[in-house]
Amino acid sequence: MNLQTNLKHISTEADYNKIVSDNENIMICCGRMGPMCVPVYAEMEDLQNEYSNVKFYDMLFDLPEAGVIRNMPECAGFMGLPFTVYIKNGKVVKATSSIQSREQITEILDSVF
Amino acid sequence: MKDKKFDIIIIGGGPAGLTAGLYIARAKVKVLVLNEGISGGQMVLTHEIANYPGINTISGFMLSRNMQKQAESFGCIVKSNIKITSFNLEGKVKTITVNEKEVFEAKAVIIATGGKSRKLNIEGENEFTGKGISYCATCDGDFFQDKEIIVVGGGNSALEEAVALTQYAKKVTIVHQFDHFQGFKHAIETAKNHKKIDFILEAEIVGFYGSKSLEEVKIKDLNTSKEFTKKIDGVFIFIGYVPQTIPFKNIIKLSKRGEIIADKNMATNISGVFVAGDCREKNIRQITTAVSDGTISALKAIEYIQSK
Ligand SMILES: Cc1cc2nc3c(=O)[nH]c(=O)nc-3n(C[C@H](O)[C@H](O)[C@H](O)COP(=O)(O)OP(=O)(O)OC[C@H]3O[C@@H](n4cnc5c(N)ncnc54)[C@H](O)[C@@H]3O)c2cc1C
Repeated sequence: MNLQTNLKHISTEADYNKIVSDNENIMICCGRMGPMCVPVYAEMEDLQNEYSNVKFYDMLFDLPEAGVIRNMPECAGFMGLPFTVYIKNGKVVKATSSIQSREQITEILDSVF
Repeated sequence: MKDKKFDIIIIGGGPAGLTAGLYIARAKVKVLVLNEGISGGQMVLTHEIANYPGINTISGFMLSRNMQKQAESFGCIVKSNIKITSFNLEGKVKTITVNEKEVFEAKAVIIATGGKSRKLNIEGENEFTGKGISYCATCDGDFFQDKEIIVVGGGNSALEEAVALTQYAKKVTIVHQFDHFQGFKHAIETAKNHKKIDFILEAEIVGFYGSKSLEEVKIKDLNTSKEFTKKIDGVFIFIGYVPQTIPFKNIIKLSKRGEIIADKNMATNISGVFVAGDCREKNIRQITTAVSDGTISALKAIEYIQSK
C-alpha cells in the first residue's frame, strides 16, 4: 500500500536502501493522508520541477518497513506527522517533524543540497 | 504566465476564493485566483468534513481538489504556490505583483485570505512543534497513547479535541485563561464530566522545556502571578485563529482584531475591492459561510465591473 500522491513512493526497506545508494540528494516525507502531511506532499510535488538536483519520495508511515525512517536516531523524539528526512550521500543531514511550509522546506533544500 | 490582464483577481484560494472563482468564471468573466501555498486553505488541514450540505463526509483535501477542479472547468485560472510581493488596489486598475516579477492587472479584486491557527508565541513553541507540541489531534493523537497531555484553550475546538484525545491519552488537562469556557453547552458538559479530563483554569503556559522532546511546561497562575512547572508528554494548542490581513492593514479598513470590514455586499472601503470568507469581520467561520461570502462577493464584483 502506498500514499495517494503524485510523488514516487518507497514501499520497502530494500527500495529505501537502493534509492539512498543510487542518489546524492534525497528528500523523503513519511506520513499519512492527513491534514498535516498532505500540504507537505503537495509542496514536494511542486518543488520537483524547481530542484532537479534532488529526488523527492514519500513513504506511508504505517508500513512496517517504514521503520527504516520512523526509527532513525534523527527522528527520535518526533511526535508529529509527517517525519521528513533529507539525505545527502547516504547520510541524514536534516530531519523535521510535523507540517512544514514551502519556505521552511526550500530553506532546508537550499542549505543542505 | 503570458496573460496578465484579468477582469477580477481573487487573492486566496480557500473555499471562499474558489467559490468566487467558480461563479465569476461561469459568468464568462475573466478571473484569476492567486494563492500562497496549496489551494484549499484551512480545508486542507481538516481531516473530515461532515457538515457540508449534500456530502455525508469528505476529507478536506478531497473537497479542496473538487472545488478547484469545478472552478477550473468553467475557465477560472488558479495559480498556487505564489507570493504576492506588492500591490496597488486603490486605482481604477488594480495591480498585483507576484514573486517580485509578474505584474497582474484587474478591474476588481476579491480578498479571500482566510486565517490560520493562533500560536502561543512563547519560549520553546517552535522548537518543540512536532516533538510534543501539536495543533492537530487527529494527526498526532496516537503518538500519545497512555501518556499525559495538556490541551490549551477554552472554545469548542479545545473542548471537543480534549475529549477526542482521551481515546489515546491516560490523562488530559485543559489549561485555560478564564474561569469559564467559550464553547457550546454540550461540549462544556461532555468535557467537564469526562473522568480522564481535569482543568487548570485562570492560568496560561509561559514556556516549553525538554531535551529531544517536550518534557515539561511552565504555567502561570493568572490570579497570583505565581509560576509552577508541570511534567508533561504532550501539549495540543487550540486557541482560535488570526486573520491573514497584515498586508492590507494600512489600506483597507480593519476591525480591532484585524478582520476586514465590509458591507452586506462584501464591499470594502476601497472601490472595486471586495472581501470573502474568514478574513472578513463576522461571527461564524465555517466552509458554508465562506462559500456564501464567495458567492456574494463574486456577483457584486461582476456587477461592479459591468457598471464601469
Ligand atoms: C482544523 C480545522 C478544522 C475545521 N473543520 C471545519 C469543518 O469541519 N467544517 C467547516 O465548515 N469548517 C471547518 N473549519 C473552518 C473552515 O475550514 C474555514 O472557515 C474556511 O476554510 C474558511 O475559508 P476561507 O476561504 O475564508 O479561508 P481559508 O480556508 O483560510 O483560505 C485562505 C487561503 O488564502 C491563502 N492566502 C492567505 N494569505 C494570502 C496572500 N497574502 N496571498 C495569497 N494567498 C493567501 C491561504 O494560503 C489559503 O489558501 C475548520 C478549520 C480548521 C483549521
